[in-house]
Amino acid sequence: MTDQITRRVFLRRAAASGSILTVPGLLAACGGGKSSPGATSDTTSHQLAKTLHFSNWTLYIDNVKGGGHPSLEQFQKKYGVHVDYREDINDNPTFFSKIEPDLERGQSTGRDIIVMTDNSRYPALLVQKGWVEKLDKSAIPNIKNLVPQQRNPSWDPNREHSLPWQSGFTGIGWNEKLTDPVTSMGDLLGNKKLKGKVGLLTEFADTLALVMAYNGDDPSHVTDQTFNKAMNTIQKAVDSGQIRQFYGNDYASALSSGDLVATMAWSGDIVQLQADNSHLKWQLPVDGGDIWTDNMLIPKGGNVYTASVYMNFVYEPKIAAEIEDYVNYVCPVLGAKEALVKKDPAIANNPLIFPTKQMLDNAHVMDPTAVNNEKYQTAWQNLTSA
Amino acid sequence: MGLGFLHRHRGSTPYLLLAPGMLFLVVFFLVPLGFLAYQSLESGSIDFGYAFTWAWDNYSSAISGYGTQFKRSFVYAGIATAIALLVSYPVAYWIAFRGGRWKNLLLLCIVAPFFVTYLIRTLAWQTILSDNGLVVRTLGSLHLLGVLGQDGHILATGTAVVAGITYNFLPFMALPLYVSLEQIDHTLIEAAEDLYASKLTAFFRVTFPLSLPGVVAGTLLTFIPAAGDFINAQLLGSTTNHMIGNVINSKYNELIDYPAAAAMSFILMAIILALVLIYARAVGSEKLTG
Repeated sequence: MTDQITRRVFLRRAAASGSILTVPGLLAACGGGKSSPGATSDTTSHQLAKTLHFSNWTLYIDNVKGGGHPSLEQFQKKYGVHVDYREDINDNPTFFSKIEPDLERGQSTGRDIIVMTDNSRYPALLVQKGWVEKLDKSAIPNIKNLVPQQRNPSWDPNREHSLPWQSGFTGIGWNEKLTDPVTSMGDLLGNKKLKGKVGLLTEFADTLALVMAYNGDDPSHVTDQTFNKAMNTIQKAVDSGQIRQFYGNDYASALSSGDLVATMAWSGDIVQLQADNSHLKWQLPVDGGDIWTDNMLIPKGGNVYTASVYMNFVYEPKIAAEIEDYVNYVCPVLGAKEALVKKDPAIANNPLIFPTKQMLDNAHVMDPTAVNNEKYQTAWQNLTSA
Repeated sequence: MGLGFLHRHRGSTPYLLLAPGMLFLVVFFLVPLGFLAYQSLESGSIDFGYAFTWAWDNYSSAISGYGTQFKRSFVYAGIATAIALLVSYPVAYWIAFRGGRWKNLLLLCIVAPFFVTYLIRTLAWQTILSDNGLVVRTLGSLHLLGVLGQDGHILATGTAVVAGITYNFLPFMALPLYVSLEQIDHTLIEAAEDLYASKLTAFFRVTFPLSLPGVVAGTLLTFIPAAGDFINAQLLGSTTNHMIGNVINSKYNELIDYPAAAAMSFILMAIILALVLIYARAVGSEKLTG
């Protein structure tokens, strides 16, 4: 893998240059033409389209120098379908507001597969509004390789509309040169030595889940009472000056530069940042962390059969392993670990990528009804944008 | 429609010449403004759709809920405009009066940072104001960190936001100032001095009043966009420094609450318009047009 520009190299460069921008994705998105996908009018046909339009998050697939994606090339070779792969998703709300007008009008979004996170309100909203197609499961025998914990999410109980792309943990990252280990949210929110050097995440579900677990409440079943309690805990930390800022992806550069000493952080980012800065540590908080999943969905008007064939392809353990070797998030495909052991044992044995049962037991899934609650969302925006 | 037509309808020529500009304004300003006004009176939610209901409470709840952010926007924009004026005036003065053959090069130097995109320039300030950076260390040794910063950091405070806005809008202040200073007839200043005015008196009685059109244009060009800015507060501030632009952004993009965002945009526009009118009245409207 010497000739690969790995995601971690990119992150390192981005961190060195000051930040991880959210704009290139937006620009890329603007550049993408709105050609409608192959068989818009014929979504049930079992004929492959010439082109598969796939929108994903930046740096979220295998990559080689010059911009090629070997797994996509293998797909093209095997099925003769060219993949128009666009990295035009930077965060859930912005992407949703980009495709929403087309979906609202019943027009095709020009995409066959999109990837959205289950701890945002959008996947559930898309299913509820009928804005996503049903998967053609006859074309996805490999669905048997989906890890059991992921088979029945409450917002899509039988995986009729979605399949996981990757998952990740939300926990605490810290710089061991600047602080003792920060392993609980209580420490992060209350330790005076960290005052003004602590980051929380702008993502509602991530921050709420960890704070609720710290309060001893269940993040997978939110009530008004536990929600308000968590908001009070966060508000107190903000008022005391403990919290420097609420971050998106950009916490990575602040943590690398030392502006942040400890912060809530996503597992995959830290795996990648560690390659450059071995003083960065990450752990699920002792009082419990959070696991989220990015899901592949077929927006209304997308080519169901072609998209389903592609989903089946990435659920081959061998292909999943190739993608995992680059992406370093949590893999949802059974057998990928075994496929990867020989090629890259360090990755295959990294518990942040193939987590232990104990870690999974300590990670909550945020209550999707809370994520979709307007009242909670507004309260959260008012807190983070006061 | 040849020249013959214009000849026969000479009276309509000015209107025909105005037509492209007016058409542009109608299509790209008035019509969208109408949509925005319509949207600001809708109610509902993204889940169940929005409907027009004359929902005036979008306006009242915007003011009652986000008065702090409105006020903060105008305070930050006001401070940034004042600093930009104080910084740019001497620079523009020097270039206009002493720049000589280097004038164009010096002006280019003021504009040069604008060849880099807005976002990158603002992100650079994250590095400039970083906790381990030169600025913070210098302020620390001058014992000013306690005044300007908070808990030993400048980044993620209001100071950083105002600094960012000032920097980003400085050329909008400097260039109009330069233009009006450039046009001043030097013999008028000489005349003042011949009449026994000191250099200082000549400046305040002759030069400064003559440069007022530039001051007015510069302050408006700086203040108006600065009041609606959200990038600086987002990248350099903390959650307690957010401006109304940040709230509108989060209403629109995160909460998908289009009516609230539209209502806030209208309020922002109305306040800016009112402030501009008061300002124009105070300095005399002929200064606005130079």
